[in-house]
Amino acid sequence: MAHRIEVAFKGELRDPLGGKIREKVNNQLGLEVESVRTVDVYTIDVPLQREELESLAKGPYSDPITQVWSVDCPLAQDFDWMIEVGLLPGVTDNVGRTAREALEARLEVRLKEEERVYTSCQYLIRGGLSRDEIETIATGLLGNPLVHRFEIRNREEWNSVKGIGSVVPKVTGLTGGRIERFALEVPDEDLLSLSKERLLALSLEEMKALQRYFGRKEIKERRKIRIEEQITDVELEAIAQTWSEHCKHKIFQARIRYIDEDGKEEVIEGLFDTCIRGATEVIRRSLGEKDQCLSVFTDNAGVVAFNEQWSLAFKVETHNTPSALDPYGGALTGIVGVNRDPFGTGKGAKLIFNVDTFCFAPPDWSKPLPPRVLDPKRIFEGVREGVEHGGNKSGIPTVNGSIVFDDRYVGQPLVYCGTCGMMPRYIQGEPSHIKRADPGDLVVMVGGRIGKDGIHGATFSSEELHEASPTSAVQIGDPITQKRMTDFLLVARDRNLYKSITDNGAGGLSSSVGEMASGPGGCEIYLERAPLKYPGLDPWEILLSESQERMTLAVYSAKIDELLELANRMEVEATVLGRFTDSGTFHCFWHGDTVAYLDMDFLHEGVPRMELVARWERPHHEEPEFALSEELTSTLERMLSRLNICSKETVIRQYDHEVQGGSAVKPLVGKKEDGPGDAAAIRPLLDSFEGVVVSSGICPRYSDIDTYHMMACAIDEAIRNNVAVGGNPARMAGLDNFCWPDPVKSDKTPDGEYKLAQLVRANKALYDYTTTYGVPCISGKDSMKNDYLAGDIKISIPPTVLFSVLGKIEDVRRAVTMDAKAPGDLVYVLGMTYDELGGSEYFAMHGYIGNKVPQVQAWEAKELYYKLHEAIMEGVVASCHDCSDGGLGVALAESAFAGGLGMEVDLRKVPSTGVERDDYLLFSESQSRFVATVHPTMQEAFLSIMKGIYLGEIGRVTRGRRFIVINQKGQKIIQGDISRLKEAWQRPLRF
Amino acid sequence: MQGEVRVIVLAGNGINCEYETAYACKLGGADAVDIVHINELLLGERRLDDYHLLCLPGGFMDGDDLGAAKACANRFRHAKIATTGERFWDQVMRFVQKGRLILGICNGFQLMAKLGLIPALGGGYGEQKVTFAFNDSSRFEDRWVHLKANPHSPCVFTKGLERVFLPVRHGEGKFLPASRSVMRKLKEKGLICLQYTDERYRGTTMKYPLNPNGSVEGVAGICDETGRLFGIMPHPEAYLHRTNHPRWTREELPEEGAGVIFLRNAVEYIRENVL
Repeated sequence: MAHRIEVAFKGELRDPLGGKIREKVNNQLGLEVESVRTVDVYTIDVPLQREELESLAKGPYSDPITQVWSVDCPLAQDFDWMIEVGLLPGVTDNVGRTAREALEARLEVRLKEEERVYTSCQYLIRGGLSRDEIETIATGLLGNPLVHRFEIRNREEWNSVKGIGSVVPKVTGLTGGRIERFALEVPDEDLLSLSKERLLALSLEEMKALQRYFGRKEIKERRKIRIEEQITDVELEAIAQTWSEHCKHKIFQARIRYIDEDGKEEVIEGLFDTCIRGATEVIRRSLGEKDQCLSVFTDNAGVVAFNEQWSLAFKVETHNTPSALDPYGGALTGIVGVNRDPFGTGKGAKLIFNVDTFCFAPPDWSKPLPPRVLDPKRIFEGVREGVEHGGNKSGIPTVNGSIVFDDRYVGQPLVYCGTCGMMPRYIQGEPSHIKRADPGDLVVMVGGRIGKDGIHGATFSSEELHEASPTSAVQIGDPITQKRMTDFLLVARDRNLYKSITDNGAGGLSSSVGEMASGPGGCEIYLERAPLKYPGLDPWEILLSESQERMTLAVYSAKIDELLELANRMEVEATVLGRFTDSGTFHCFWHGDTVAYLDMDFLHEGVPRMELVARWERPHHEEPEFALSEELTSTLERMLSRLNICSKETVIRQYDHEVQGGSAVKPLVGKKEDGPGDAAAIRPLLDSFEGVVVSSGICPRYSDIDTYHMMACAIDEAIRNNVAVGGNPARMAGLDNFCWPDPVKSDKTPDGEYKLAQLVRANKALYDYTTTYGVPCISGKDSMKNDYLAGDIKISIPPTVLFSVLGKIEDVRRAVTMDAKAPGDLVYVLGMTYDELGGSEYFAMHGYIGNKVPQVQAWEAKELYYKLHEAIMEGVVASCHDCSDGGLGVALAESAFAGGLGMEVDLRKVPSTGVERDDYLLFSESQSRFVATVHPTMQEAFLSIMKGIYLGEIGRVTRGRRFIVINQKGQKIIQGDISRLKEAWQRPLRF
Repeated sequence: MQGEVRVIVLAGNGINCEYETAYACKLGGADAVDIVHINELLLGERRLDDYHLLCLPGGFMDGDDLGAAKACANRFRHAKIATTGERFWDQVMRFVQKGRLILGICNGFQLMAKLGLIPALGGGYGEQKVTFAFNDSSRFEDRWVHLKANPHSPCVFTKGLERVFLPVRHGEGKFLPASRSVMRKLKEKGLICLQYTDERYRGTTMKYPLNPNGSVEGVAGICDETGRLFGIMPHPEAYLHRTNHPRWTREELPEEGAGVIFLRNAVEYIRENVL
């Protein structure tokens, strides 16, 4: 019988978690409860004496000042309903793991493998609720049926002596060790149903490629010697993973026939090769000696030089589908997962910052929700919390990000998580960004253990989200296990104990070992050696599991003892799984039997290339018709309260943005430390003033008109934000992260050709604008199936690209923030304003899309960026703020209230072309513009540097709180108060 | 080695701020600063006896899974050194008895409180008399706070300090004494060395967000009766240069950040009294 230790706050003390739950029940579910109190439960599946249990309860499991405890006797009393929420068998229980270690330390024992501690939480609720309502609270707020188990009792059902008894969520009943074999010489429909039933996400054509390969005579004969003729489940799963859209980017590799609106045709031999990698090659050639790229597109992250001694590795990933199913676990896994990308790049980089951008449906959603879709507010809070725990607990500052709201993210939120790492450019004389495994090197897995979690993540994210999506795709990250592993690996790296390192993410060992083996040309893996979380996995599951917190190393055999010894000392598990070979074969064993024997060439190159058609038709939207108001003060306040414009301080404050000590430009700036910083600057080396500047651009609303301009604007916005704080436009590198609805025409996607044309156009813009700006993409990622499908409801996200820019500032002491600094400073608008309100927040507020989407004038913008950078470096700019969502009106107001100062500006002085209406001038979203303030004594120097740039001195910063705008007729069209404007901007998403 | 001020900065198992804490020690004038993984101590590869100042940096030791720093306190209390069989706790006690210094920041402060290293009233090291609860806001928060120092405190680290502006970054920072009499003794003996205050440094405050967590009487830092063991919730190592200050682009500030003073005081004390 397992024991239960229960811990609760003393009756007279506040129960903060209970209080928070009560508030959420009232606010989010609209149910009235009087009170909620909580009890932490430790279920200890270890034979222990009562005194031992009491010493645990007293010692590590409770606080003597604030808490009470009990052993094998319930604490719960005085409630109407009791809900106990625990994890389902096999789900990562981080607290349980720590409680087990604490037990070992306290009692000075070593537990057996199967002796575990499990945690759960009891919620004691007072209030007159029905069982249905309690079930809603359980599954709609306290837990997620995909991850949690629930016990519910009312006062009458409660046994005050036994409680609910002890429940041990042990994984049992698994036999494991099975090998299945499949006949491929079967009719097409059987091939397809095999793909579907096993969630392989392989198309008929791909299944037929398998059929052809396995039907070849020489293959059959070779297989007879080593393995049986038929394909095994291990092989089938390994191929499906390697060939998945997630891993192979088949759409970006496809041959596309693109037909534009005039019927002109063009064939594109792979968007990635032509538009993305192609652009980077052109840029690097033209930069010549100034090229800072060290490793692009080949490794887990892109690598650029920071200075002579150090380099930076940067990567952004998405974790959308898991976050839709379990927002907390999905986002947590997203952030700790992307941490392993720079960590698994080159010889491994120490992680220096995180960034995150989310796309959600509005949190005040009131329409009915489609089946199996979680409430947008719950997704928002769960994702936010997941990233909080992942980032904060790992000791990596979260320095930049944004949140975009659109109804069409209701079926599938987007969760972009990025991480930058830093490494010495040379480690023991070898360039750190180069790694290789050679034949004879050992395959070593380090970190966490393997369970069934996350199986099929790679193939699953290559499909749309549907009602029967597998729940094994959900997993919970464990930042502490990962932190221990990274602490160990950095020591091992500096001692040169391994030759190559990569991450176990999507596709698990199959992907990490498979990719690393393509260098030496083969591998032999002994799957039974892999450490498991619980017994009973099938060999294919061991190969494919996406259990987190694991890295794969290639270790020179002479160094293996030293590596294993170090791992042991730092309490990190490391296991030799096999070796790399030059056999040309991906070879897996299970207790001596060959269970996979695949040609490396076929595995990596055998996937048939897709041939697709893209057809562009320009959409036409209604042009808006609404009258210009007499005064725009309340209009400006409404604009500031738009979800896409308002303050995100609530979220930002809950992320540690200062750990590691190098914070120089924070996400919140200004007089009261609450203004919206444009980009973050940090000093990664504490004894130097060289800074990294990171920024991002995202504007999915423009995709409704033309994804070409959406992409151009995202690139421009990211560069512009970077320049605004002092990033050097000549020292920038980009990352592109595409999130698209399925662009392959099929019965499910009749408009696939249009969506593919949108993708083509975005890529064309990426080529055009990155080459003009000279900002090479160094890495990126695509997520191509962001659709929600249930019955006949289909919700596709708007095509969305997050463009991130990694920049450099030579001396952070030159950095500039967006807040107006002093009364009397001159206010400038830099850049030209056009009648470009198509897809703008202003039109959206009036219920229109329009057609005149902002278009980036890149050559003019580039000149502006270089000159502005010079002005900032010369120290003549007091503040600088980028103009984006909400245009000039919003940027000016933000600059004023962040500085706690008034402003008086005249729209007649704004450089503009073809803009007649005052509201359009204020809220047009023309790109490549800034609002800057300059001290009068710096005016001359500023203007002489900025010569040749479209700019207007439009007014002054003033003492006091008045925010005045004079319109084109000379009338005061806005007479605002900065406190009221700020309140309008802070209110929507306040704590 | 003789005559050198030697600092050990603990790392591992979820400690996060070891690099900047070590850098702060260097700026404070320490001659040798070693970042040491906790397992190196437990395996007997390094000994506290070789150092004068032990820094317990911020982070999430063991994920704070059983409550802030609880699991780590349990390990400190019960673990034995692999080579000698000595309890690690005995090494810590010897360190304290020899008159050496301990600084706990954020998670390190929580650890010291739960180990009973502070306030250790009447020299009762090992008895937990204060604790930390979840912030009243129930949230982790990163924000800068104003702190008022107690001029009558025996604290070595805050000597000469009147006021300081530093960031807090925690979710479990609400200071709670075990009883009123503990609080009374803390006050009588001047062990409350730092308290949350307002922008003008007038009095102590319970007002959110000036007092970011609801700490009783705005307590942000306490020491033991010798003044050599000190715990602080805000992060001095996060303000080592003026560009760390959230308003440095709009205010005239000294080049050196205010966080360095704590370490400089400690190093000077060691030079004068310990070496």
